[in-house]
Amino acid sequence: MLSITDLHVAIGDKPILTGIDLEVKAGEVHAIMGPNGSGKSTLAYALAGHEHYKVTSGTTLYQGRDLTRLNPEERAREGLFLAFQYPIEIPGVSNIYLLKAALNAIRKHRGQAELDAMDFLSLVKEKMEWVSMEEDLLYRSVNEGFSGGEKKLNEVLQLTVLEPRLAILDETDSGLDIDALKVVAEAVNRLRSPERAFLIVTHYQRLLDYIIPDYVHVMIHGRIVKSGDSTLALELEKRGYAWIEQEAARGAKAGGGT
Amino acid sequence: MIGTEIQNGYYQDYRRFENTLPGRKVPWLARLRSEAMERFMAHGFPSSHEEGWKYIDQPPVKRRRFQLAQAECPVSEDDLMPYLPDDHARWRVVLVNGRFAPLLSRLEGLPAGVTVASLATTLEHEPAMLEPYLGRYAGINGHGFGALNTAFMNDGAYIRLGPGAIVREPVHLVYVASGARDSVAHVRNLVVADENSQGTLVETYLSLDEESYFTNVITEVISAQNAHLVHYKLEQESARALHMAGIHIHQGRDSHYTACNVASGGQWVRNDLNVVLDAEGGNCTLNGLYFTAAHQQVEHHTRIDHRAGHGTSRQLYKGVMDDHSRGIFSGRLVVHPNAQKSDARQTNNNLLLSEDAEAISKPQLEIYADDVKCAHGSTVGYLDEEALFYLRSRAIDEDHARSLLVYAFASDILQQITLMPVRANLERRLANRFLKGCAIGGLK
Ligand SMILES: Nc1ncnc2c1ncn2[C@@H]1O[C@H](COP(=O)(O)OP(=O)(O)O)[C@@H](O)[C@H]1O
Ligand SMILES: [Mg+2]
Repeated sequence: MLSITDLHVAIGDKPILTGIDLEVKAGEVHAIMGPNGSGKSTLAYALAGHEHYKVTSGTTLYQGRDLTRLNPEERAREGLFLAFQYPIEIPGVSNIYLLKAALNAIRKHRGQAELDAMDFLSLVKEKMEWVSMEEDLLYRSVNEGFSGGEKKLNEVLQLTVLEPRLAILDETDSGLDIDALKVVAEAVNRLRSPERAFLIVTHYQRLLDYIIPDYVHVMIHGRIVKSGDSTLALELEKRGYAWIEQEAARGAKAGGGT
Repeated sequence: MIGTEIQNGYYQDYRRFENTLPGRKVPWLARLRSEAMERFMAHGFPSSHEEGWKYIDQPPVKRRRFQLAQAECPVSEDDLMPYLPDDHARWRVVLVNGRFAPLLSRLEGLPAGVTVASLATTLEHEPAMLEPYLGRYAGINGHGFGALNTAFMNDGAYIRLGPGAIVREPVHLVYVASGARDSVAHVRNLVVADENSQGTLVETYLSLDEESYFTNVITEVISAQNAHLVHYKLEQESARALHMAGIHIHQGRDSHYTACNVASGGQWVRNDLNVVLDAEGGNCTLNGLYFTAAHQQVEHHTRIDHRAGHGTSRQLYKGVMDDHSRGIFSGRLVVHPNAQKSDARQTNNNLLLSEDAEAISKPQLEIYADDVKCAHGSTVGYLDEEALFYLRSRAIDEDHARSLLVYAFASDILQQITLMPVRANLERRLANRFLKGCAIGGLK
């Protein structure tokens, strides 16, 4: 599904990602952990196509195609979805308008008929139950005046409605209370399927109690320095990141010597 | 009298035409006109050093000599229809090149106590009705455009809502320019709303061709105790039209006045709104939306005087400027010493769609009372790139996303428009201009 090789990404002149390799197959859930500032969001934004995040070298294949050739809306139509770490407020555009425009753009791209107002509304209402969201949020401006938790759940609502092939969740769990966290985990688990993959960026092992990942990667200083299975998350929870940084530094030295 | 060549030209016109102007035999009116002409000759047009006129290109109307608009009425209902797709108003006053056009107007069945008439006719036949009001609040001491209007005033709408008169449906005033090349129409409107009356006015200014001409209009609104007025002004003239409007509102105790000025047409458009809250509890809302392109320049200069306590004023002006166009908002707010408990808020937000577009925003607050609430804010910015990316990441293409954000920017003005035909008109104009065929259904 997603095949990243030696990816370098810069913001302006500043290199942030310095050689990412990552292979995500359909049906898999990958968690990416790492200290603040290590480049997790940069990876997420670069995959979604934000123009400030410049791919300077490496290849990113998505469903066999060079992802960098697609603009953000084309990526979305091809089934890539990013749940933003900090969702954007858009005064004057209602939540329901955005959902409908997004879903219909994707359906049109897939050669499906646009949903009429009735079908759309019943679909959205069903998904709102998944994320226990109040209906009035549909008619409010996108994220405007939403609480932090409501903004995150709104991202998850979009995820459930748009049903992407590759979903990237950037710290969707940060700042959520345990009930909201369970709602997010449940929605993700319901969406897990052999055709769909998840890339879940998180700061806290806690989320991974509810979403059991197939792989856990640790990102430090713009590289994935260690990968493992779900037990790696527990180890990180216990021991922090310092030991991995040391291990990585030793590895880099040893690697440099050969 | 010695003036500039252009002043002298208008003076000669005045001498030539003063005996043809309506109400010429009415002494108070003749005096008002001649004093206005004297004032114009003495002071001319505002110079580029005067406050409110100094930080912009000088309006082209100062350098050009316009002939007085002619009385012929070459416009038929069929000519007009395509320009008024939302005109379902039961009552309509049409003025063609500044003159009342009875065959295009609909005035039957007005409620008791309500007068809607041609100003010229009223000046001729019932000048006493006008004497207490005409020129009382739109003095001739302002800039020269007001004096020139007063000297030459001819026709316009006279609207009187008698005590307790309620007009539930809007009165639509339609100002049409047709074959008006190089001419000026000094349109004069007078609206008197007596105690406890209520009504809605919609003014639409439009051109049936692409000629360059000048509309110099003054509207006086006198609102007595507890009167409620809603006043829309839609500027949709041709890209070469020049438009100067002086709108003077005098509010009595507990009266409510709500204005919405929408300007999308014209080459140079200037709306001066002067509101005096002269008695306790007056409430005014001035909203404006301007969207400009090419080399258009649209200006709103508001002045609100809180002269008595417990007055409320709200202003929200939003501008969207594209290409080389320029939007100007200057909002002066004066809270007089005895106007305690005044509550005033002023906001001007501007969205620039091009590097060459310009927004000038100039709040001026003068507060001489201590127990008041006054707030103002102004912003100038480009489209929010992060919002744009967010929408695109949701599969919405870039053009649609940009349009959506522009549309959204204007939406809080739209939402305050309670008169559905006006709102529909504006939504369609915005959609045509910015959404380029993208569906807007369900935006709200
Ligand atoms: N807009 C930006 N301009 C400059 N530097 C940035 C910008 N955004 C992020 N960075 C830098 O990039 C690095 C990685 O940031 P980020 O990807 O947000 O990390 P994470 O999501 O892992 O916390 C940090 O050093 C951060 O300071
Ligand atoms: Mg981050």
